[in-house]
Amino acid sequence: MSALGALARLEAVAAGRAVPVATVRHCHLSERPLVIVPLRLAGEAVAPLAAMVGTDPERPRLLFVPQPRNRDLRFRFAAELAEVVLGRIEECRTAVEELPPAKDGTERVRYGEAPQIIVPNQAGVGFLRMLGRSTRFRRTDGPYPVDPAVPMLGRWLTWFADRYERPGAALLLAMTETLRLHWASGQSSLEDGNLAALLGWIDPPEGLTGPQAAALAEDPVASPPAGPATDPSFDNEVLAPAIAGYDEAADETGLSHAKERLRTVLSSQLVPTWELMWRAIGLLRALPEGANVAARHDRDRDSFTWYAETFEEGFPQARRDDAVNAARRLHDLERAQESYDAQRAFDDPLVMAEYRLTGEAFGGVVTECLPTRLDETGKKPKLRPWLRVRTGDPVRLEPGRAVCSAARPGLKGRIVEVAAGEVLVELTGGMGRKLTPEPGSVPEVGDRVCFTSLGTDSARGRPNFPEREQTPWTHGGPPAEYVPTDEDAQEAWS
Amino acid sequence: MTDLAARLDRLRGAAQPRNHDARTIAALTSNPGCARRGVLDAAGIDKDAIAAELGFAAPFGQSQFAITRGNVFEAQVKADGCAELLSLLRDRLGLSIPEVAYDDLGVVGGNESRKVRHARTRQLFARALGEGPGTLFDHPLLRLDIAGQPAYLEPDVIAFQFEGRFHIIEIKSFAMIDGQADPAQVASAARQSAVYVLALRRLLTELGHDEDTVSHEVVLVCPENFSNRPTATFLDVRPQLAVLRRQLARLTGIDRIVAELPADLTFEPGAGLAGAVRSVEARYSPDCVSGCEMALFCRDEARACGSTGALGRSIRDDLGGVDSIATALALADGSLEPAEELAETAAGLRLAARLRREALGAAS
Amino acid sequence: MTFDPGAEAGRVVDAVLADLAAGHRGVVVDSPPGAGKSTLVVRAAAHLAGAGERLMIVAQTNEQVDDLIDRIATGHPELALGRLSAAGYAPSARVAAHPAVRIAQKAADLDEHSVVIATAAKWATLAEGSWPWAIVDEAYQMRSDMLLRLAGRFERALFVGDPGQLDPFSTVEVERWAGLSWDPLRSAVSVLLAHNPELPVHRLPVSWRLPASAAPVVSEAFYPFTGFRAGTAPGDRRLEFSARGMGTPHDRALDEAAATGWALLELPARHTVRTDSEAVRATAALAVRLLQRGGVAHSERGTAPVDAARIAVGAAHRDQVTALRAALGPAGAGVTVDTANRLQGREYDVTVVLHPLSGRRDATAFHLESGRLCVLASRHRHACVVVARAGIPELLDAHPSAEPVHLNVPVRFPDGWEANQAILAHLAEHRVRA
Repeated sequence: MSALGALARLEAVAAGRAVPVATVRHCHLSERPLVIVPLRLAGEAVAPLAAMVGTDPERPRLLFVPQPRNRDLRFRFAAELAEVVLGRIEECRTAVEELPPAKDGTERVRYGEAPQIIVPNQAGVGFLRMLGRSTRFRRTDGPYPVDPAVPMLGRWLTWFADRYERPGAALLLAMTETLRLHWASGQSSLEDGNLAALLGWIDPPEGLTGPQAAALAEDPVASPPAGPATDPSFDNEVLAPAIAGYDEAADETGLSHAKERLRTVLSSQLVPTWELMWRAIGLLRALPEGANVAARHDRDRDSFTWYAETFEEGFPQARRDDAVNAARRLHDLERAQESYDAQRAFDDPLVMAEYRLTGEAFGGVVTECLPTRLDETGKKPKLRPWLRVRTGDPVRLEPGRAVCSAARPGLKGRIVEVAAGEVLVELTGGMGRKLTPEPGSVPEVGDRVCFTSLGTDSARGRPNFPEREQTPWTHGGPPAEYVPTDEDAQEAWS
Repeated sequence: MTDLAARLDRLRGAAQPRNHDARTIAALTSNPGCARRGVLDAAGIDKDAIAAELGFAAPFGQSQFAITRGNVFEAQVKADGCAELLSLLRDRLGLSIPEVAYDDLGVVGGNESRKVRHARTRQLFARALGEGPGTLFDHPLLRLDIAGQPAYLEPDVIAFQFEGRFHIIEIKSFAMIDGQADPAQVASAARQSAVYVLALRRLLTELGHDEDTVSHEVVLVCPENFSNRPTATFLDVRPQLAVLRRQLARLTGIDRIVAELPADLTFEPGAGLAGAVRSVEARYSPDCVSGCEMALFCRDEARACGSTGALGRSIRDDLGGVDSIATALALADGSLEPAEELAETAAGLRLAARLRREALGAAS
Repeated sequence: MTFDPGAEAGRVVDAVLADLAAGHRGVVVDSPPGAGKSTLVVRAAAHLAGAGERLMIVAQTNEQVDDLIDRIATGHPELALGRLSAAGYAPSARVAAHPAVRIAQKAADLDEHSVVIATAAKWATLAEGSWPWAIVDEAYQMRSDMLLRLAGRFERALFVGDPGQLDPFSTVEVERWAGLSWDPLRSAVSVLLAHNPELPVHRLPVSWRLPASAAPVVSEAFYPFTGFRAGTAPGDRRLEFSARGMGTPHDRALDEAAATGWALLELPARHTVRTDSEAVRATAALAVRLLQRGGVAHSERGTAPVDAARIAVGAAHRDQVTALRAALGPAGAGVTVDTANRLQGREYDVTVVLHPLSGRRDATAFHLESGRLCVLASRHRHACVVVARAGIPELLDAHPSAEPVHLNVPVRFPDGWEANQAILAHLAEHRVRA
């Protein structure tokens, strides 16, 4: 963490409530996010116990597995969840935006919406990933046939989880992480992992301070955990007897009573988190959206469109990435990280402040300006205005370093000299094509400006990766083509 | 009995010393800078009981579902003289084991003391190295000296002797999915296994064997993917062994801390307990909550005195070691004139405060 | 029996060259600091090109490419040498000094050249072309995904590098590839050997850079299983000052370093911000004082003054480097000041190092990374002066060890904690209190 982040936490302690670390919202928020609050049976890798799901805060749907060790009941749960998730995916495919055709002339479209799933925390993301893994290889025929929706759910959940790793993507969000991107609490980041406690700091209930609300949130009775792990004493004292009741039910009436009891106790564990999730969504919605959020949402929609359109002919995702896919993906993630970091800083002065603190950006007032300066050393004169900026920031940019304006990244420049609280910048681009700058494009004396080296690394060409059939000998040679096997489809889920 | 041991006994008071197990020994490595924890552990004090007495009961419950699952899995792996385990060792790890003797040292009949059982373990291990193609010893009773006192370990593990070399086999019920498992759980298994490897090494060196007779490669047995079927992999615990050695050696340095405590100090339950605990300095950090029974007490203490450490290790470091939140804030807003050694920290904080103010101002 | 370093190293080089002709797809050479890696690369290049093979050379930075060009062109002017570079590359002085070296942006323009050299990043932009041989320099600093991208360009390769230096890193933290033998985040050599365990691995046994006072210390701390020795004997290298010391702690530290090859200037214990101005001032002052006192280095290469170009100041963080440069000011003009990352592969007579753990309250994995300390402690031919606040042993003692463990990921040696401890224990014998 930076000194800036540290300071924000200290301020939160002093204020008794969270303080902002962002001035805009840095993630897209769907008009109809699909909230999923999952619970898992303790001790199992991925035995779903229950989930509260839905796109309407007033109408949560409770899915649960009355005997989580029963494989058939687990698949029934998966099928029910699939109905909700696939249903939402289909809704998003109804509106289509026509895009200009690609270079090779193929038509391009983009779905008007992309589905967005929000879970309470990172463990929730892990649960969805594992649920995806345990269901995507299933078959609808053969020895252990499942509902056709189950393997589809598995592939989609895997896709969501993969997309979660991509910096700046907002198709799957973990609420605690999203909140932490916007607020700093007065507790440690470990404690921020508790949604109720974190929200207690951000938006304490009437009459409570942040720390009081957070303390209350740590009591598992007053505030059940946000899952997927359950509270052990709930397991031992409430859940175990209720499941035993289901197992021992002698007839239909007994069974339906037992189910009703399970529904009640599981609901009691899920409803508080469900309500927190929507409260948090409300808080995030109240923030103005960052300028680059829409562009990132477009990438998400492109990704969604492509996956949905190719779903039919595709296979379930492999268990692990092969060498070529791993390298491609890493490359992709690194580029996404770079542009996400830069975009957030451009969108938000509070994020840019981090870079000003480390000297990769500086802000100040223009004290001198030569807007029509020409560089006539070359064959043709070039427009190269000079700006002198007075700043109190600890500038750590070497002469020659390319920079751009935070307010308008299209305005490019180069550091000429840094000395005693003043920086001389030569502007090199973003002022029009003529030898005099477009009106308004060059800052004037007295203007507040901020320049940064972020996002100025020259675009690297498209990288070459071998085809997977050409995986070199250094990496084990071409891997066998992955074709899901019967064994995959029949993998035990016990 | 050494002076230190006598002193630690007095600190503990009337209570029985708590038995160490691999988990508590492994936990010694998790916050070695904490004097409070060091003293309580060295004296074998039941931290769980003390924390509860102080009104800060540790939140370490275990779900019966998890316990059941663990027991069922272990029983399954060990069923029929460890039949499944053997086929794993053969198929998964490629060991050519023709036949194997299985000895459960857990049940010897009667109620021998642990000393007697440890002696029996010793005896059997001594014999095993000389003869036989392979042997599985279940529930061996091992011994490790902790701060000069012997601690008996009743490992729920199997020591596997093969071609004159021992491997510890650790059976865990967390899943290995497509070759990966939860890194935190694997780390915890590795730390515990390292305790057994070390204890077993001590035993075998006492018997005149080379330390390397016990492999640093532990066999980790876990359920595969989403099934109950076990799978196995080797786990190299050399880093954990090194840490453990280091910290056990350091525990003997506890006498320095103890020497500075008031002579009449005791951790007996009662009105003086909180004061007694406070008199030994803690080094609280938020990750204590996941491993130490005293954590909530220490957190409360750290928060009450406005310690920056309560917010995380890295924050305190970012603040150049300023340990009071109030001081840091006063330096940031300029209301406190910094002493010379804090001048830079103060300048950094003021710059951060200015940038924050400017950015928030610009946004409004 | 006496140890003849030249013969010992020569035997390994001969074995490497013999292996190049033995039909292996790859040959790996581990090279501890200053063990003659570049010399080996130049020799192997001449050897292969001499045998009529077309050869590509992969280096990691433009700086390294230019260094190699200079060495090859100087040592083997008969070789047709081409440099492949990105648009906008301006040849450095040491490349411009060899007009015969052809510089081109397209590989096709270098078809006639028997040796073509470029950065890994440049090679990775090529989608076609094939060379019978490649030499990959600094292969432990190259990520395996980079190797994947350029491995299609060569049939066989010699991989040379230092396993003790900093591992490659990524800006993203992802666990999905942990445990895979082709994990793109692992080093090129580690992935290569995981898939081709039969490849011969050689170790250069002699450090020609590190003096007799440093080789055993660095070898034991950072290369516990694959030791190396100094190429020179105690007394072969001497560091003297023209001006006598004045008895100040700085002078005493410099005298200790001149006499023993090591010194630790210890400041009072205190937790500080990273750019601890007292420590920064002390570090800069040592370098300046070293210049003032007119160091003279005697070695097997003869006698030469220790001028600014022969001194480096090293630190862990970039903000420390900025602060150090400012503190050095004009008095330290010409002295190299950089982070461990950027000092990799460089060599100086004397180094002054701000210890990564100085003033810290808690050590992070970054601070403890053994490669970082290894780089900082192994750049010198004569002496290394370390500046640190007291209290690092206590900090190491209190370091919690709860690192997550991934299955099937080879354990990294040496452990950063152990390595730090070993170096610190050695430095304690050369301590001067400020």
